[in-house]
Amino acid sequence: MSPEMIKLFVGLAAVLTVASVIAGVIKWRWQQKAQGENAVIENLVARINAWWGMIIILAIAFHFGYLGVTVLFYGVSFYALREFLTLVPTRNSDYPALFAAFYFALPVQYVLVAIGWYSLFVIFIPVYLFLLLPILAALAGDTTHYLARTSKVQWGLMIAVYCVSSVPAIWMLDIEGFDGRQLSLIAWFILVVQLSDVLQYICGKLFGKTKVAPSLSPSKTLEGLVGGVLLSMLVGAALYGITPFSPWQAALFALVVNLLGFAGGIVMSAIKRDCGVKDWGNMIEGHGGMFDRIDSVCFAAPVFFHLVRYWWT
Amino acid sequence: MKLLKSIAATIVAWLIIIGARLITGAKALGQVPVLCQSGRVYIANHTSHGDFVLLWASLPSAVRKQTRPVAGADYWQKGWLRRFIIEEVFRGVLIKRGGREEGENPLLPLVEALAQQDSLILFPEGTRNLTEPSKQALNPNVVPLQPFKPGLFHLLQQHPEVQCVPVWIANVNRVMPKGRSLPLPLLCTVNFGEAFAMTADEPKQIFLQRAQQKVSELAPGEAL
Repeated sequence: MSPEMIKLFVGLAAVLTVASVIAGVIKWRWQQKAQGENAVIENLVARINAWWGMIIILAIAFHFGYLGVTVLFYGVSFYALREFLTLVPTRNSDYPALFAAFYFALPVQYVLVAIGWYSLFVIFIPVYLFLLLPILAALAGDTTHYLARTSKVQWGLMIAVYCVSSVPAIWMLDIEGFDGRQLSLIAWFILVVQLSDVLQYICGKLFGKTKVAPSLSPSKTLEGLVGGVLLSMLVGAALYGITPFSPWQAALFALVVNLLGFAGGIVMSAIKRDCGVKDWGNMIEGHGGMFDRIDSVCFAAPVFFHLVRYWWT
Repeated sequence: MKLLKSIAATIVAWLIIIGARLITGAKALGQVPVLCQSGRVYIANHTSHGDFVLLWASLPSAVRKQTRPVAGADYWQKGWLRRFIIEEVFRGVLIKRGGREEGENPLLPLVEALAQQDSLILFPEGTRNLTEPSKQALNPNVVPLQPFKPGLFHLLQQHPEVQCVPVWIANVNRVMPKGRSLPLPLLCTVNFGEAFAMTADEPKQIFLQRAQQKVSELAPGEAL
């Protein structure tokens, strides 16, 4: 790991330590006043503990360089795709399409990232898989809900594999004067998106009044959104040193990425409501499933990737 | 030789449990059973050959050790590998299907297993349910139950003290649809319900319907 990455992770560990201490004090004071447990506090502690786990996993992945990060996101994509396809209904005749999604599309997409074959990486799923999946489904001969079924597998691949793979793909970008530091840009992106989620949650809990999307996500409030996005913009701008951007460019990028992250959150919520569930799964305690954690990353990553590629390479 | 066999069985059991959890998650939900003195009968929906493996793998290890799947002798007695797996790894209770002799009680091995305080995994639908949910189904991933066969009733008549645990195994039919050999890594859940017993003098039809209702209630609700 480069010195700037080590500094970043040490800083994150310090912030999490402060968070753990604060949560511990809140929990202790609650127990002094009232007997028993408080659901919000327990959830807060579970979330902070999960964050420790996630930071440690990220640190290990970054230690092994771009290949480590690629392997980590392969795992993220796998879990996300699995949650998505578990939840949406398919029929027995979808087996060939699902098989192709898990055992062909997913590994090939990440091999393309690992070997840096940009021109195929960018069209493999939107062109080749988009056409292959309906062919496989049609060959199976079952026309029940045909259009709905094929588009579900296509959607799953687009969001869980294509969009998520844009995060490790940032290492492919040949940015002038920023050579060999792409990993820092990946870390900056993950940090800004995830921090915005956390800050929206905190601001929402503290000041939240006006609901922005009551039918989709009852916990999302306008106060949380504005506070979270503004604060994470400030952090993103302050960390401009690990990006190729100037402070105001970093702030603008943080804003774009956070708004897309918010949009991703409500889109994925809409899909969850449609499927009749609250969480995508129960993989991470306090967070729900993998998709509950990365819904904002999914939408922000490809746009961030292509904006940086357009203007900086 | 015997020691070697039991070591091999333990290793294979671990591989099966790890495999089932890696591929499907095999997540136990609801009122996950705890260790108890008397045997129980787990009654579950049956859509795939993998059903009993998943239920078995999702149980806490102490409970799993006293739980034995009920399986068809005709299939499992062919070849040494199948025999080894069903006898040594799962300690299955084998029953003969069809073509039995006069006066033979096909349920005898089950009655004996319950008398030893072992628990059983039983699929009261009899055979695998290979129908696909209808177009109008509330949740197109849920295959509705077929009527329960009377075997469960006759077994409990001989062991009225034994409790039934209703179980719904979700998604295994999608992990490995009929005729496919490579599993898809979709998430499966095993939802355990509250144990219930047959009441004294409960008529056969009433009990079977009640049992079927208890299993059906555990199915995942409305979906896309």
